[in-house]
Amino acid sequence: MSAAGRVVGGASTRDRVMGLAFQGLLIFSLLVGFATLILLFIDVAGDGLGKLSWDFISSFPYSLPARAGIQSPLVGTILLMILVALFAVPIGVGAALYLEEYADRDRWYNRAIEINIQNLAAVPSIVYGILGLAFLVRGLGLGRVLLAGALTLTLLVLPIVIIASREAIRAVPDSIREGALALGATRWQTIQRQILPAAVPGIATGSILALSRAIGETAPLILIGAIVFVPFNPSGLDSPFTALPIQIFNWTTRPQEEFKLLAAAAIIVLLGLLLTMNAFAIWLRNKYQRRW
Amino acid sequence: MPTEQIMESPEQAITESPRPDRPTTKVETRRPGDAPLGRAEPIFEVRDVGVSYDANPAVRNITLDIGHNRITALIGPSGCGKSTLIRCFNRMNDLIPSAKVDGSILYHGQDLYGAGVDPVEVRKLIGMVFQKPNPFPKSIYDNIAFGPRVIGMPGDMDGIVERALKRAALWTEVKDRLKENAYRLSGGQQQRLCIARCLAVEPDVILMDEPCSALDPIATSRIEDLMLELKRDYSIVIVTHNMQQAARVSDMTAVLMPEVRDGDMTVGHIVEYAETNKIFTNPDNKRTEEYITGRVG
Repeated sequence: MSAAGRVVGGASTRDRVMGLAFQGLLIFSLLVGFATLILLFIDVAGDGLGKLSWDFISSFPYSLPARAGIQSPLVGTILLMILVALFAVPIGVGAALYLEEYADRDRWYNRAIEINIQNLAAVPSIVYGILGLAFLVRGLGLGRVLLAGALTLTLLVLPIVIIASREAIRAVPDSIREGALALGATRWQTIQRQILPAAVPGIATGSILALSRAIGETAPLILIGAIVFVPFNPSGLDSPFTALPIQIFNWTTRPQEEFKLLAAAAIIVLLGLLLTMNAFAIWLRNKYQRRW
Repeated sequence: MPTEQIMESPEQAITESPRPDRPTTKVETRRPGDAPLGRAEPIFEVRDVGVSYDANPAVRNITLDIGHNRITALIGPSGCGKSTLIRCFNRMNDLIPSAKVDGSILYHGQDLYGAGVDPVEVRKLIGMVFQKPNPFPKSIYDNIAFGPRVIGMPGDMDGIVERALKRAALWTEVKDRLKENAYRLSGGQQQRLCIARCLAVEPDVILMDEPCSALDPIATSRIEDLMLELKRDYSIVIVTHNMQQAARVSDMTAVLMPEVRDGDMTVGHIVEYAETNKIFTNPDNKRTEEYITGRVG
């Protein structure tokens, strides 16, 4: 005990300076990312907002910037997302259920599958484009059509859907499984009536976030041959198609300044779509968030 | 100390004269016929059961008879394998891939671990209530209806739900909010809901694995009253680390003790199995006596 009557001393000046400096550094790191995003938004909005109109959304791409719009790329993107969701979610949830509920972790092949899925999630998207081109477009002879694009993107997001679904399924506590099984439910009844319904919010959130990764993918679609100028909506799975990121890419490469403004307007639409999906995912997560 | 209270209780009806203490290392297992099960028919005849995880034994040499329409308590210190043992009766240990059960458990004379016995069928007859209330994240009604639905029970579901909730003494508290999520009930109500859920499939036996360990004393006493009520129609096996609870509710008590083997490994086994009164007033085994008087465990 000091003579001044203080039992516990204050932090030394050096400790306090170090603490503040570190905190400042962390805030700076945060600002770098955040400010960049804000600047990007402002820049794009400044260029594109003027071009944004119902005519822009409802018109087809055209060689004259004044009459060009994004109807077919927008419809293409929406159709792609619907198809990817239809393919990726059932397969992804099925794979996740197998790995979480059935697979015996002691078997080497189950561990190999797990590691493989982790790695697949990190494979660059262009590699999926090559796979789509070689296997779907040429190997299976699908051609450069909507179905080939949707399947390529499905392969791309499948590992993410599987990982998100596994986490959602794993978050359902074992006490629920035991409770159901102890009542004489079979394994499948337990999964179908207790585990899956309890995991659905998590699966939905993860799947939407996976889709919002697919929505911005350009490289694999260009590689498998989404056509850059499609002045009509896809008529079916076997129809040529384009998508918003491809249209944006195409317009930004044009020499005319006007097209660059159109690209900015299309970026606003794409970002709007993306943020809507993410907001829906967050809403879904908060609405059904459960503490066990 | 509550144990002393029990010792002084006037209900001491000991017919056997106390035997001298045996050496504590000796495994003392009461054979059927050694102690009258209150003249009850055995519903389970456990014969030399052992459970091991990854070849590490957790309990061994378990032999005892469990009486029909009786409450049988399994007590003992942590690590004695009482939860492991109770999970043998409805084959919940099957869910743990590394678990292996030896020996036989006859249920009405049929070996639960015999060939051709489906664990799912076993669990329809032998219900279980868990340590922590584990209602499904659904409505009160759906919690009860789940069991009858999956086993395809015939009859009017509203009636089944009402009957189960009444038997679990929960009906008056929830009858106006059956559509509400079960998570909005209190802990004690949730546990009674789990008991109601278990009763809804009309089992023969109810296994309770420390059903009150997460509950306050008032909720605990309601569950204990309920157990005494249910005893008329069901056979109950309860694991508890609360000795007073075993003394209050059970007819028969089995005392399990861990035995240290190979350094850290402990293997549980039964040191004494007798009428609860006898266990708490005049145990034969020295370790039982030390345990119930609070000197060990």
